[in-house]
Amino acid sequence: MESFVNRYRNLTILLLVIFAQFLLLAVQVKNDQDVRIIRMWTVTAVTPFARVVELLRGGSVGFIRNYILLHDEDAENRRLRDQVGHLKLENIFLKNELNTAERAKALGVFQARIPSKTLAATVIGTGAGSNAKVVYVDAGSTGGVERGMAVVTPDGIVGKVIAAYPTASEILLATDSDFAAGVMSPDGAVRGTLKGQGTPLLKVDYVPIQEKVQVGEWFYTSGDDRIFPRGFPVGVVRSVRDAQPFKEILLDPVGLQRGLEDVLIITQGVHQDIPPTPVADQPVYIAPPPPDESKPAAPAAAGAAPPITEADKLRLEYQASGDAQGHKFGSGESGPPNFNDITTTLPKPLPPAAVVPASAGATPPAGATTKPAESTRHSNQANGEPTGSTKR
Amino acid sequence: MAYSSGRMLLSQSDGPVSRFRAWVFIVIPLLAILFQVYVPQFFHFLDFLDMPLLVVVYLSLTQRSQVAGLFTGALIGLAQDSLSKNPLGMFGICKTLVGYFAASVGVHFNVENTFIRLLLSFFFYFFHQCLYWVMQRMLLAQQPPFDYRSWLLFGALNAVVGASLFHFLDKLRATV
Repeated sequence: MESFVNRYRNLTILLLVIFAQFLLLAVQVKNDQDVRIIRMWTVTAVTPFARVVELLRGGSVGFIRNYILLHDEDAENRRLRDQVGHLKLENIFLKNELNTAERAKALGVFQARIPSKTLAATVIGTGAGSNAKVVYVDAGSTGGVERGMAVVTPDGIVGKVIAAYPTASEILLATDSDFAAGVMSPDGAVRGTLKGQGTPLLKVDYVPIQEKVQVGEWFYTSGDDRIFPRGFPVGVVRSVRDAQPFKEILLDPVGLQRGLEDVLIITQGVHQDIPPTPVADQPVYIAPPPPDESKPAAPAAAGAAPPITEADKLRLEYQASGDAQGHKFGSGESGPPNFNDITTTLPKPLPPAAVVPASAGATPPAGATTKPAESTRHSNQANGEPTGSTKR
Repeated sequence: MAYSSGRMLLSQSDGPVSRFRAWVFIVIPLLAILFQVYVPQFFHFLDFLDMPLLVVVYLSLTQRSQVAGLFTGALIGLAQDSLSKNPLGMFGICKTLVGYFAASVGVHFNVENTFIRLLLSFFFYFFHQCLYWVMQRMLLAQQPPFDYRSWLLFGALNAVVGASLFHFLDKLRATV
């Protein structure tokens, strides 16, 4: 036996090492538990180097981009290079400072705006697997991060913490095939389970086919998963297809669209209302101001469309009848007009291109008054503001 | 380095012995892991590179010891596992086998030739991917796609990068 082992020593050791790893694997799969200590050793060993690399990168990328790459372009101005060199360096330094400050400010504003308590963190690395959808951030359990916490950016959800080590945390991105979260449409009518697919798009599962979902519709976290508080943007519907037994809905994740550098870890989640419309930067339509009522209204322009609603017709009829009887509505100076004469004093129906009579023109036509008000209301709603206020 | 065709296939034990300094065995795998963790974050097109695998192949080929090769593979694989979301052992087992077989090749053949290194890097990448795919299906009950076309392409790219990397790492060896 001993001679056999000696003869096949290498093979025996190989089998032992493989067997040990199989055993390790089996324990993890069977118990659904991780061997935390090995991961902690590795992460703790690698994190300091990753931090140093990130520090060097942060300082040098701006330098390389703004100085070395521009160096060739400045070749024709070689005579001036020495004079402006130190100014460029100073400018680069200030630009980097400004970028960092702007990023931090944007994150800080968002952090202050949401009711949940959050912790800012910077991405310092990705997972080592070839198809890994995990990243590491520089905030760990010493900073209060725990496994299962949600990770977001001002744009939307990013993922969740799957492991918290003393100096770093591992984040499972929403695009990973193991990721899942509860989502809902803005009005709460459609609820489903968000799943990563290992591709840039996310899938909303378990939505019955009779539910109506449209392309371009937003989805938000529902809070059902007890990880993400309700009301965080998740994504925009890219495609909807009826499949059996559920709809096949694909989303564009909004939280990952601008890349990942700084994120917020929600340490204490608070459910919030779902904004009526997307919170992303969108152009805002501002309607022209309503006509000043203190000034006499200008006569309607030739070719302007006459009032077309039944209410407008009725009002015109009453107006014409009152004018014919010398009665001024709203003054209270004379008695009520003779309403029996209304039918006899009705003006003839106006042709579509007819000019609105001066008496009718005293009141702005419906289209001129209601349209701006409506569009103002819509634009305000688009920004989540109360009706009536106009944002420039 | 020029070799005759006969010399190319000789055992390395016939040639001059060259060894790495001790720090190389720590620093190079660590740099490979750091590369895998850090670089694809900013250069997504480098996702295909499996630097830890290339380092395992190189160290195993040059160490001429199957035991050393399998332990090198196991440690680097486990470190890679620790930094991924996979259960510990997936990369560990794959790279242990890669290390063992690479060392076996290194014992019996001269692997200083660039073309042979290219072939070996390609072969071991493909072998690694196949083995990983099998383990995902058998041990984790997952259904990953058998994307052999990508593996062949990425294997070729890894082989090219590997040959350059091996050339650089050769300079760290000290002839005894």
